[in-house]
Amino acid sequence: MPREKPAPGRIQPAPEGFLGPTHIEAVRKGRRGFLKRALASASAAVAGAAAAQGAFKGESEILELPAHTKGLGQPVAAREYGMPSQFERGLQRRESPGLTRVSAASVSFAPLQGMFGIITPSGLHFERHHQGWWDIDPARHRLMVMGLVKQAKVFTMDDLMRLPAVSRMHFIECGANTGMEWGNVAVPTVQYSHGMISCCEYTGVRLSTLLDHCGYDRKNGKFVLAEGADGSSMTRTIPMDRALDDVMVAYAMNGEMLRPENGYPLRLVVPGVQGVSWVKYLRRIEVGDKEWATKDEAIHYMDLMPDGRHRQYSSIQECKSVVTSPSGGQTLLDKGYYNVTGLAWSGRGRVKRVDVSFDGGRNWRTARLEGPVLSKCLTRFNIDWVWDGSPSVIQSRAIDDTGYVQPRIDQLRAVRGTRSIYHNNAIQSWKVAASGEVSNVQVF
Amino acid sequence: MSRFSNAAAAFALALAIPFAAQSFPGIGRAATPAEIAAWDIDVRPDFKGLPRGSGSVAKGEPLWEAKCASCHGTFAESNEVFAPLVGGTTKADIEAGRVKTLVTGDVARTTFMKVATLSTLWDYINRAMPWNAPKSLSTDEVYSVLAYLLNLADIVPADFVLSNENMVEVQKRLPNRHGMQREHGLWDVKGKPDVRNVACMRNCPVSAVVASALPEHAKGAHGNLSEQNRPVGPSRGIDTSAGKAPAQVAAVSASLALAQARGCMACHAVDKRVVGPGFAEIAAKYKAEAGIEAKLAAKVKAGGVGAWGAIPMPPNASLTDDEVQGLVRWVLSGAR
Repeated sequence: MPREKPAPGRIQPAPEGFLGPTHIEAVRKGRRGFLKRALASASAAVAGAAAAQGAFKGESEILELPAHTKGLGQPVAAREYGMPSQFERGLQRRESPGLTRVSAASVSFAPLQGMFGIITPSGLHFERHHQGWWDIDPARHRLMVMGLVKQAKVFTMDDLMRLPAVSRMHFIECGANTGMEWGNVAVPTVQYSHGMISCCEYTGVRLSTLLDHCGYDRKNGKFVLAEGADGSSMTRTIPMDRALDDVMVAYAMNGEMLRPENGYPLRLVVPGVQGVSWVKYLRRIEVGDKEWATKDEAIHYMDLMPDGRHRQYSSIQECKSVVTSPSGGQTLLDKGYYNVTGLAWSGRGRVKRVDVSFDGGRNWRTARLEGPVLSKCLTRFNIDWVWDGSPSVIQSRAIDDTGYVQPRIDQLRAVRGTRSIYHNNAIQSWKVAASGEVSNVQVF
Repeated sequence: MSRFSNAAAAFALALAIPFAAQSFPGIGRAATPAEIAAWDIDVRPDFKGLPRGSGSVAKGEPLWEAKCASCHGTFAESNEVFAPLVGGTTKADIEAGRVKTLVTGDVARTTFMKVATLSTLWDYINRAMPWNAPKSLSTDEVYSVLAYLLNLADIVPADFVLSNENMVEVQKRLPNRHGMQREHGLWDVKGKPDVRNVACMRNCPVSAVVASALPEHAKGAHGNLSEQNRPVGPSRGIDTSAGKAPAQVAAVSASLALAQARGCMACHAVDKRVVGPGFAEIAAKYKAEAGIEAKLAAKVKAGGVGAWGAIPMPPNASLTDDEVQGLVRWVLSGAR
């Protein structure tokens, strides 16, 4: 391999797992002797002095059989509920320091930088609690449907789980996802810039089934109010046409019951709409003829426009995408081939196409969409990239089946200013430096 | 709507009718009037749902001091725990119904700068406040606390009595009552987008220069990024530890779990000041003092203010004596 500075590059098949940050730093600084010494010591037991002299016999990972190849492993059900590998502990949901003061009214972000496909593992689902979370006894949980209905009814979990069930895959995104970046770059990684999104398979009852069962007022029933059973008793207004469309009262997520942090035993699923409307610990549905202007639609979750007015009831999450690997806070190992990958979604329907640019938005190539491509659901995209070691700015741009093209941040700002907090669906830029370091930037 | 989609909708409707009548015998039961009354607590902008009652600014003041000031500050201006409630509005705003600083300034936005509907405040205080004891206020107490807040915001005078009778009148003095707009495409799934981009593919007219990047000092603000990535794959996390030792992942002790379950950790942390003092600070200050266990236990139960600053600690009456003693002992021994 030709020597050139300061381009990174590893010399020889050094064991990957063995390249810690210090080693990468060493490679980047061109201290290749460091790596060679490390390699030599790793294979010294087998190759002895020959390795140091450059006669590479092979890696110790192959030549020395490890304990797991020569011993007896763990029995079944050693862990009654399975856990990720000990080597995966870096991928956790995390709070953004300084964003909130009290962790019972806060957010934890999903580690998108290390996730695959489109389904969020339940334990990595982002969290947003307004007044802490609870683990509610499902046998004591009740759902009441009342208001403009022929017969107000109470449902137990037994009742709800007997009704016709549907399973649907949908994304849930907080309206404030990427909200810290309206003015300028504020956070280092995709976990904090885009991690208030998750995507799961939900199982439950269609809300329309319950509304029909109670005989909702088809003439005057224009809206429903959803209310939680927790201390905050979160409330949001949902227009009746949405409520009758694909809204679900869900008890299950990813094949098991909802996790307590996600509303166990019952939550509303409002596809395409920001997460705040997906009321957790759902206890009540009221049918009414007017909006409610609840706290989270009259004080928060409103978008401040340049004319000083707030857009109220802004709900739909418009088409958006982000490259998750490589992404901010990471460093590439070497020049050469990479599968660049990311996520795209639209609250108005399916993702039709995703384009990726490696030169800051001047030229674009169309990425491969992985199936399934579903409505109001995350879509995974992949694209080939051979990094030649020169600086690059990676962007992705999604288009949904309404023809809407994900905008640049300057286009959003031209209409909405920089103070709206919510609904920032701008094209994300990641700068790749010659050193291989990837950082969060704004380029337009 | 186009003619085609009208026709399609009519067709879909015609199809839907025969299936709409599906019945589910044995599922659900009628809600009783008492059950409906117990849960139907919402209050709408037209004040539908507002219960009869009243409360004065004078009665609101002691309630505020005891139950609200610890998070929101004495004058509801605090930005310590939650965003401030009061401030940023003027008499001219009250006249106009629009808050001027929302147009001109990039100031911290207070609740009274934003809210356009008085019902929202009544409903929210009633359903979710105080933060650690929601739904514990009586109807008249909700009126009183709201009256006090309205007085702090210069919307009603100090001798005002707020009631279900005069909420409509007070609504007409909310400083941002004309500050909302609905004409946007984000309410309806078929709404019209306000921002348009085109899918240019070649030689697109962009500057392609970096307009904003993370400042150097902020790079480590989210912890060591090398510990937030996988040890294999196409990349590694950048080491942003600046030489600091990795954070120890400690097993959660039973006492810490109790402190979390009882809400202590909402305001306290072990090693740092959050709203209240860190447990390590408390231990350092008191551990040598004679009889301190009993003193602190009493303080945890009854609440207190002054020892660590102006933000009071609310009472924690729901803790048992054993729990309090255990927690105090644990804090004094270093909270490990």
